[in-house]
Amino acid sequence: MTLLNIFADPHISINHYIAVSAMLFTIGVFGVLFRRNAITIFMCIELMLNSVNLLLVAFSTYHHDNSGQVFVFFIMAVAAAEVAVGLAILVTIFRNLHTIDIDELKNLKN
Amino acid sequence: MRALTYTSFLGIACLVLEIFNLRKIVVPVVVIALLAILGINFTEWNGSSVSFYNDMLRADNFALAFTGLLIVTAAGLVAMSGSFYDTEETKLADYISVIVFTLCGGIALVSFSNMAMLFIGLEVLSISLYILAGSKRRDIRSNEAAMKYFLMGSFASGILLFGITLVYGATGSFNLAQIALYASGPGVDPIFVVGVIMILIAMLFKVSAVPFHFWAPDVYEGSPSLTTAMMATLSKVAAMAAFYRLFSVSFVNNFSGFAWILSVVAALTMLVGNLTALNQDSFKRMLAFSGIAHAGYMLLAIMSLYQNTANALFFYTVAYTFASLGAFAIGISVMKRRKSEKIEAFNGLGKSNPFQAVALTVFMLSMAGIPPLAGFFAKYYVFFEAIKTQHLAVVIVAVITSAISVYYYFKLILAMWTKDSEETDAPAGAISYIAIAAICLIVTLALGILPSLVPSINQVASK
Repeated sequence: MTLLNIFADPHISINHYIAVSAMLFTIGVFGVLFRRNAITIFMCIELMLNSVNLLLVAFSTYHHDNSGQVFVFFIMAVAAAEVAVGLAILVTIFRNLHTIDIDELKNLKN
Repeated sequence: MRALTYTSFLGIACLVLEIFNLRKIVVPVVVIALLAILGINFTEWNGSSVSFYNDMLRADNFALAFTGLLIVTAAGLVAMSGSFYDTEETKLADYISVIVFTLCGGIALVSFSNMAMLFIGLEVLSISLYILAGSKRRDIRSNEAAMKYFLMGSFASGILLFGITLVYGATGSFNLAQIALYASGPGVDPIFVVGVIMILIAMLFKVSAVPFHFWAPDVYEGSPSLTTAMMATLSKVAAMAAFYRLFSVSFVNNFSGFAWILSVVAALTMLVGNLTALNQDSFKRMLAFSGIAHAGYMLLAIMSLYQNTANALFFYTVAYTFASLGAFAIGISVMKRRKSEKIEAFNGLGKSNPFQAVALTVFMLSMAGIPPLAGFFAKYYVFFEAIKTQHLAVVIVAVITSAISVYYYFKLILAMWTKDSEETDAPAGAISYIAIAAICLIVTLALGILPSLVPSINQVASK
């Protein structure tokens, strides 16, 4: 399984799924690191989690093992709970600061 | 693993008590129930290490010992929450149930034997802590702490999940035993190694080890003090135990390659934690950096992974938890009275409240590792294990940094005993803080005199 020979392979193999998921995950990581709007950051975190879901389903089929797909349900449920809490925190911040730019969060000394 | 089931029910029972308007009794009921669960937990001690729910959880001595420690910590936190939240009584039951749910996450984390349980435990623990960190809704600092903690925590969870997925891709299983079997076999796939490194990074995030520690001071400072105490004790211990369990059970065979990474991380963590703690003037921030430094010492145990390291790690976490919990109990009571979180708030405590000053002095000395106290033996055991596995260089760094740490612990001690305060307040603070501090003081002294009181969890070894 090397990522380099995916372009030489005419069929869709597990490597293509790994490549796509890795790309989505990287986009998510860079979004979290470089965006300043909290909502965008939330979406980038969701992107990271969903790239994991995609890869899990691909591996699950590849191994003929259902546990990977069950894990996806866990991730979805947890991600929903996490975002619910995250948005609640965001609402309290917006009420106090009237902005959701995370650069404005500098009341704690660095 | 009956403790996990019962604590989950206890969390729901808290919310039910709130519905029936029994808010007054919720603190004593939960503390007594937690102590009962502690007793039930130890009935399984030295059992045949049974697995539960298709090998999702495993109740071996390691899991039971750490579960016991977490339950005691949570009981202490719940006991303090009664007087900590005295201005918002209507929400007391909610806060306590969230604390109990955090404990559930912690128990799952120390007893998992499947990656799914590791993930669920970590998330239950973290999500509950995000809520508690932001629980002072009108305080912008609490909001900010919650937001920073949330962003860093979910980012780390994403990395952890990608790592777990890659490990699953290489091994075809989430079960730790199966993964261990694969890791010990010939020809390990590169994506397995990448997966393990990503899991390692995520765990280092959670225990706030050095390249990934930047969130901790801000989050500790901004959160309500009781939540800070919880992050410093319950959450750190649970994450550290999970880290150890994961690496000792599943990745032990190709660990040699990771040992040097961990030793560099541990050395940096101790250096940065202790050196930055030197010029802090906020009590909570100082303890945050001291907590980072302690994470470095605990990493020594994970790095050496020897027959007895589980014992050394357990002793360290016990000593650290009680010293930290006691320090926060007194710290919270003082900070609440003087309405300041600076170290100057502790000026003159030796005159106005000698017991509190003595107790806090003992906790600080224990954390610094001064001989007759628990913290000394904790450090001694951990260093000893690290020397046995030939990590001499890191141990030298550890000893030097622990000498440096004496300086900032003494800053607080000197403030209490030598400086005078203009305020001449005498109130002792709520009885629960004093009681918790007294219990922690007894444990810290007792373990210093008789370190063999901590049970051996040896028979667990690695399987």
